[in-house]
Amino acid sequence: MTSNQSAGGQPVLSARGLVKTFGRVVGLDGVDLDLYPGEVLAIIGDNGAGKSTLIKCATGAMIPDAGEILLDGQHVSFKRPQDAKQAGIETVYQTLAVAPALDIASNLFLGRERRRPGPLGSVLRVLDHKGMRTDAAKAMSDLGIGTLQNMGQAVETLSGGQRQAVAVARAAAFATKLIVLDEPTAALGVRETNQVLSMIERVREKGMPVILISHNMPNVFQVADRIQIQRLGRSAGVVTPTSHTMNEVVAIMTGATTLEETPGQVASAT
Amino acid sequence: MENTTHPDPDVALATSGPTTTAADTFAARRRSPVQRVQHLLHSHPAISPLLVLVASWLVFSQLNSRFASAGSLSLVLQQAAVIAALAVGQTLIILTAGIDLSCGAIAILAMLVGAKMSAEHGVPGPLAVVIALAVGLLAGMANGLLVTRLKLPPFIVTLGTLSVFTALGLLYTKGQAVQAIDMPDFMTWTGTVIKLGDFVITYGVVMAVVLYVVMAFVLGQTRWGRHVYAVGNDAEAARLAGISVSRVLVSVYAVAGLIYGLTAWIQIGRADAASPNAITDGNLETITAVVIGGTSLFGGRGALVGTALGALIVYFFRSGLSLAGVDDQYRILAIGVLVIAAVAVDQWIRKVRA
Repeated sequence: MTSNQSAGGQPVLSARGLVKTFGRVVGLDGVDLDLYPGEVLAIIGDNGAGKSTLIKCATGAMIPDAGEILLDGQHVSFKRPQDAKQAGIETVYQTLAVAPALDIASNLFLGRERRRPGPLGSVLRVLDHKGMRTDAAKAMSDLGIGTLQNMGQAVETLSGGQRQAVAVARAAAFATKLIVLDEPTAALGVRETNQVLSMIERVREKGMPVILISHNMPNVFQVADRIQIQRLGRSAGVVTPTSHTMNEVVAIMTGATTLEETPGQVASAT
Repeated sequence: MENTTHPDPDVALATSGPTTTAADTFAARRRSPVQRVQHLLHSHPAISPLLVLVASWLVFSQLNSRFASAGSLSLVLQQAAVIAALAVGQTLIILTAGIDLSCGAIAILAMLVGAKMSAEHGVPGPLAVVIALAVGLLAGMANGLLVTRLKLPPFIVTLGTLSVFTALGLLYTKGQAVQAIDMPDFMTWTGTVIKLGDFVITYGVVMAVVLYVVMAFVLGQTRWGRHVYAVGNDAEAARLAGISVSRVLVSVYAVAGLIYGLTAWIQIGRADAASPNAITDGNLETITAVVIGGTSLFGGRGALVGTALGALIVYFFRSGLSLAGVDDQYRILAIGVLVIAAVAVDQWIRKVRA
C-alpha cells in the first residue's frame, strides 16, 4: 500500500465546512474532505452518516447550503452533475448505470460519442464506430479486462461484474481529475467484487485518485490508502488501514469509541 | 444493431486467475440448439420477420401464381407505402419505450389542413405541403411536451391527442373530403406513376423507401440515434451519462410528427383525395408492423428494417389471402396471431443470458 498523501502537497479535491440540511434533518454538519493525488480515499459510515450527501455535494448532484469545494486549489461550485463531469470528476454508481441493450463501446462513449473525421463526420454526422471500439478495447485492457474482446457485444450479455467493469472503465477513460465510486460492489458477488477492487488498484496505479464509498469493511481495508469515517453528519476522523484495525474503525463508525480514545498504532493517520 | 457476433460466454475477467471452477465449466458448456437460436435472434432481431416474409411469399405464390406477378407486387408496394412510412415515426417512438396512438390522427389532420388550404384558400401546392409537414411537426411536438413536461405515460397522452387531433381535423373540414380535382397537381404528385419494366410504382413508394434509408442511417450512424436507443433502453443510465432525456424524447415525437406529415402527402397521392376517413386505423396498423418487425415494445431494441419487413408482411397477407380466395376475416385472424407470436418471441429473446 503506497500512499503519498502527506507528501502529495496540494489536494486534488478538498471540501471545507460543508453543510447540507433537509428541512430539520442535518445531512452534513460542517464536513471537511481532502483527496490527495494518486490515493484511494474510502468514505465509510452507517446509514445516515452523510457519506452519500457528502459525495453528492462533491459531484454536483446536490448543492451544499454552506462551505466550499476546491478542485486543484481552485474554487468550484457545481450546479449539476454535468458541471462536475466537465471539470473532470467521473462517478460510478452502484446501480450498474449502463444501457443493457447497447454494446460495450456505445456504453463507454454514451453521451460522448465521437464523429468520423472529415465531411462524413462534420456534414453527415457519422459516428466513428471503429475508432470508438478500438479505444474502448484499449480502455478496458488498460484496467486488466483484456478478456472482453468484442466491443460490439451487448452489455446485457455480460455478468454484473463485467457490467460494472464497463462503468469503471468509462469513468477511468474520461476522468481527468478524480473518480468517485459510490458503493460500486454493492450489487456484486464476491468474485466480481474482487475484479472491481483490482480495477480500482489499476486506476490508482495510473495516478488517478479515487474516492470509494463503501459499507464493506474488508473491501475498504483491501484497497484504501486512507479512510474517512463519517458519523452523524460529521467526520469522525481519518485513519489508515495500517493505523487502525477493522474493529477499531467499526467502533469509531458506530460511536462506541472516538478517534481521540483510539489513536491507533501510528500517528500518521492525519 | 451493431452487435454482430456473440463470442462464447467464458469471458471471465483476467483478474480471476487460471483456476477452473465448477462455474467456469458450467459457463463454458455448449449451448443447446434452442439457446443458439435465442442468441441469434437476440443479435439479429430482423431475422424472424424476414423468415415470415419469405415463408409467406413461398406459400402465397403456390396458392396463386398471380401473387408473385409484377402487377400484384406493385400494388402491394403502393398499398404498403402509406402505413410503412407512418410506421417509421411509430418505430422511433416505440424505440424510446413509448407508443403513439395518435399517429393516424396527426397524418389526417396534416392532410386535411394542407389539402383544404390548397383547395379553398389558394395556397400553392408546395406551400400547402410545407404547411402539412409543419402541422405534423407541431402535433408531434405537442405529444412530446406532454410526455416530458407533464410526465404522463405516452399511452395516455396519445390516447387523448388521438381524439383531439381527429376532432380538430373534422371541425376544420366539417367532415368533408377534399378531392384531387380541387387541389393543385403538386398535392397529388406523390401518386405519379413510374414504370420499371412490368413494375408500376409511384413517387410515394420511392419517398417511403428513401425515408427508410435516411432514418435508418440517422438511427444507426449518428449521436442522436444512439441516444434514442439509450433513452429507450434505460432512461436513468442515459441521464447519468449526461444525455438530456427530455430533449431526446421531444425531438423523437417531433420528428415522428414530421414523418406523419410527409405520409399525409403520400396518402393524398395514393387516394387522389384527402379524406378524414382514410388511415384512421394507422395507429394500430403501424404498431402491428413495428411489433411484427421485431422492435421491442419495452424500448431500446429493434430496427427500421424490421418495421419495413413487418409492413410488407401485413400487405403480403392481405394480397396473398385475397388472391387465394380466402375470407378476409382469416387475414385479420392471421395478423392477430402474428402480433402475439412476435411479442412472445421478443419476450423470450430478451431473457438471453451470457
